[in-house]
Amino acid sequence: MEKTILARTGNEAMAEAMRQINPDVCAAYPITPATEIMQIFSGFVSDGLVKTKLITVESEHSAMSACLGSAAAGARTMTATSSQGLALMHEILFIVSALRLPIVLADVNRALSGPINIHCDHSDTMAERDTGWIQIYAENSQEAYDLLIQAVRIGEHRDVLLPVCVSTDGFIISHGMERLETYPDAEVQKFVGEYKPVYNILDVDNPITVGSLVLTDYYLEHKRAQHEAMKNSLRVMSEVFSEFGKTFGRTYDFCEKYRCDDAEYILVCLSSTAGTAKAAIEELRNQGMKAGLLKIRAFRPFPAEQITNTLKNAKAIAVLDRSESLSTRSGPVATEIKAALYDACVNKPMQTYIYGLGGREIYIEDIKKVFNNLKDAKCGGQVEYLGVKE
Amino acid sequence: MKSMKEIRWHGRGGQGAKTAAMLIGEAAINAGKFVQAFPEYGPERMGAPVACYDRIADEEITIHSPVLHPSAVVVLDETLMDSIDVTKGLPEKDGVLIVNTPFAKEEVTKKITWKGKVVVIDASKIAQETIGKPIPNTPMMGALVGATKIIDIEHLIEDTKTKLEKKFRSKPEIIDGNLKAIRAAYEEVSKQ
Repeated sequence: MEKTILARTGNEAMAEAMRQINPDVCAAYPITPATEIMQIFSGFVSDGLVKTKLITVESEHSAMSACLGSAAAGARTMTATSSQGLALMHEILFIVSALRLPIVLADVNRALSGPINIHCDHSDTMAERDTGWIQIYAENSQEAYDLLIQAVRIGEHRDVLLPVCVSTDGFIISHGMERLETYPDAEVQKFVGEYKPVYNILDVDNPITVGSLVLTDYYLEHKRAQHEAMKNSLRVMSEVFSEFGKTFGRTYDFCEKYRCDDAEYILVCLSSTAGTAKAAIEELRNQGMKAGLLKIRAFRPFPAEQITNTLKNAKAIAVLDRSESLSTRSGPVATEIKAALYDACVNKPMQTYIYGLGGREIYIEDIKKVFNNLKDAKCGGQVEYLGVKE
Repeated sequence: MKSMKEIRWHGRGGQGAKTAAMLIGEAAINAGKFVQAFPEYGPERMGAPVACYDRIADEEITIHSPVLHPSAVVVLDETLMDSIDVTKGLPEKDGVLIVNTPFAKEEVTKKITWKGKVVVIDASKIAQETIGKPIPNTPMMGALVGATKIIDIEHLIEDTKTKLEKKFRSKPEIIDGNLKAIRAAYEEVSKQ
């Protein structure tokens, strides 16, 4: 397949994917550092490059509400936001997933207030962890482009029907220009296919109720169904990753394992930090340390089996969390990994860190320090802050 | 990564440092290189100091942290040198500092203790003469390429032409002016 090489920021890459997906409806409200995605996309709408109906609204709460309505009407629906914007969507996010509406959201990870901050951390999406959305974290512009295209297929699959959020690291990726390989419009269109909603409220011959009151009689069953859908998404995502790989030549997985095969010390993290970790691992390998990286792309569903299979042979594990859950213990990623290892009866020395909040830089040297500290890691180690001034 | 070169741009808001970093990056991508180009984000306003970065390599660049040890630093406004340590992290051996200034090299080196290679060029004057406005970013792209040969100058000019043709379709004089500015600065620096 012919590929076009472009220079694109993360936001431009996501807007380009949206142009090629050509959704029926987008409702959006601007917020730094995600504004550009919809700004660029609105240019595509004005230039007639997409057939999308663009709805400009007065808040993110309204944006997600409008998306809900359009998705319930059977339209392929997308939006973009960040940080406070995602937080303002919060109550509607639960309703979208419970209504089983496969909306695709491009999020740019940014710290939540307060104090007010515009830079990268994962507190915005981690705060929406339990809303029933599939969550995928992209390392760079290329992953953001590829994963947004795949998100459409994953969410809309009959056995899934869940909303999907794909995110990039604010400014680091959203505003950093990199080399991006894109695929022909027609091929992307063919891959995402035509959206055939199972139900829609405009189908007067088959009337349905959307958003009805469900009390003690069936609420529990609704959640059980969502639970099943999320479990199904593990299989569907594998299928979509594989088909995407065969079609476009770039194969994804729930996690990326980098030099893990013989690794004695493995670091786990998400998103752009994984790239910096790869460079650190190369340096450590040259110095004789058997270091490896496990990058988690899909945080919901949580690919526990893949993670435990990778980590069970390590001597010690480090987990980096770019958000706080203020439990006085580890952050959300590490907590989830500990639970997965417990379920697999694996007990390993682990050191967990909180890092990069509010955009605090992370360097190769920081990651090398994490690896070197792992030599003395013990079971039951307390969470530490990396790169903090104290 | 041995093949990787890192560049830091210092300018003031409105001088086009970000545009220059992006244009150089894009030209390098179109020449088959792997690139990152990104600004340092803080409060953005006209006249305030800004910094931007390029990473250029022959293979995929995975590092996503700020540039600490650039091999070239471009200064679009020499008055920045009074308040900012523009040579921070720049190695004296192999590093190059390229400054837009109407003054001689000796005047510039007086302001710094750094002992590496310094290149001076009056890019604002070149821009005034070729574009009609003292915006130094495009001539400083030419100066950077002249001092570092990081990409082929003809490729940069060709690539910038394509980019400007899209943006300034109705103002061909702006396109010509910018291209002349890049070449003039390149030639002057190549002589130094």
